[in-house]
Amino acid sequence: MHIPDGFLNAATLASTGVVAAGGVGNAVRVARKKLGEKQVPLMGVLAAFIFAAQMLNFPIAGGTSGHVIGAALAAILLGPWASVLIMSCVLIAQCLIFQDGGLLALGANILNMGIIASFSGYYIYRLVCLVLGDSRRGRLVGGFAGAWASVFLASLACAIELAVSGASPIRVVLPVMAGFHAFIGIGEGLITAGVLRLVLATRADLLQLQRI
Amino acid sequence: MKSKWWLTGFLVCLAVACFSPLASSSPDGLERVAEDKGFIDLAQEAPFQIIADYVFPGIGNEAMATILAGLIGTLILFGAGYGVAWLIKSKKKKEEPAK
Repeated sequence: MHIPDGFLNAATLASTGVVAAGGVGNAVRVARKKLGEKQVPLMGVLAAFIFAAQMLNFPIAGGTSGHVIGAALAAILLGPWASVLIMSCVLIAQCLIFQDGGLLALGANILNMGIIASFSGYYIYRLVCLVLGDSRRGRLVGGFAGAWASVFLASLACAIELAVSGASPIRVVLPVMAGFHAFIGIGEGLITAGVLRLVLATRADLLQLQRI
Repeated sequence: MKSKWWLTGFLVCLAVACFSPLASSSPDGLERVAEDKGFIDLAQEAPFQIIADYVFPGIGNEAMATILAGLIGTLILFGAGYGVAWLIKSKKKKEEPAK
């Protein structure tokens, strides 16, 4: 869902850029207060994992592929603000080194796949855990639901940015973006729940860390 | 003995990157929508290219070029994620005694 340069107009680039910069700035402030010894290597591993996993496009219906965002997983393990930092590292490297996502559109990509995906994934996971209890089942169901919603909501934000930029009318672009990403979100949900299952089986203590 | 669980995690990430040539080459959701709805031509080329489209330049075998790009990116992001967290944490330590 990396937006290249050219899709968004100047006003949208500027406003998403300002929101993304504010979000990343606040993420640094929150992390400075809460980040502990144990979270440092985990942030490295999650950034590396999300980069590698994003390369693995999986096919969905009709000659289209999707890849995970990874923000929900990072947010569930470390907290939403730490996830914003991790996603920003990934998106900046993809933009500068791998020419995936435009330089000017970096703010919009950080807003969609960093901020919106991290917070929606995290709070929907928490909500499900509240309803089903902090059990293994609650966490896996919550991980799936949070991950699905993170992709779906990020795609809606992306569609709105495209529409206000005049790339395509909202009644055209919103339903198709939502439709494709409702499918891609299933992949995100399965992979997120799968990794959570692995973490619960091997290093359940990582889920007890303070969330940032 | 301190367990280096994160080293295992990092090795898993490198292994995941080695599967990158198996990825679907179909357009992703956004690209597909841009093609179908006729605004893909708005996309501009990047002003510079380093490892564009996750293919390391100058290697004939595309699978190897993709794996190399994946390994380099995974290494860089481990360093970036660890480095950013370490920097933030070391600043926190300096601030605390001043309080």
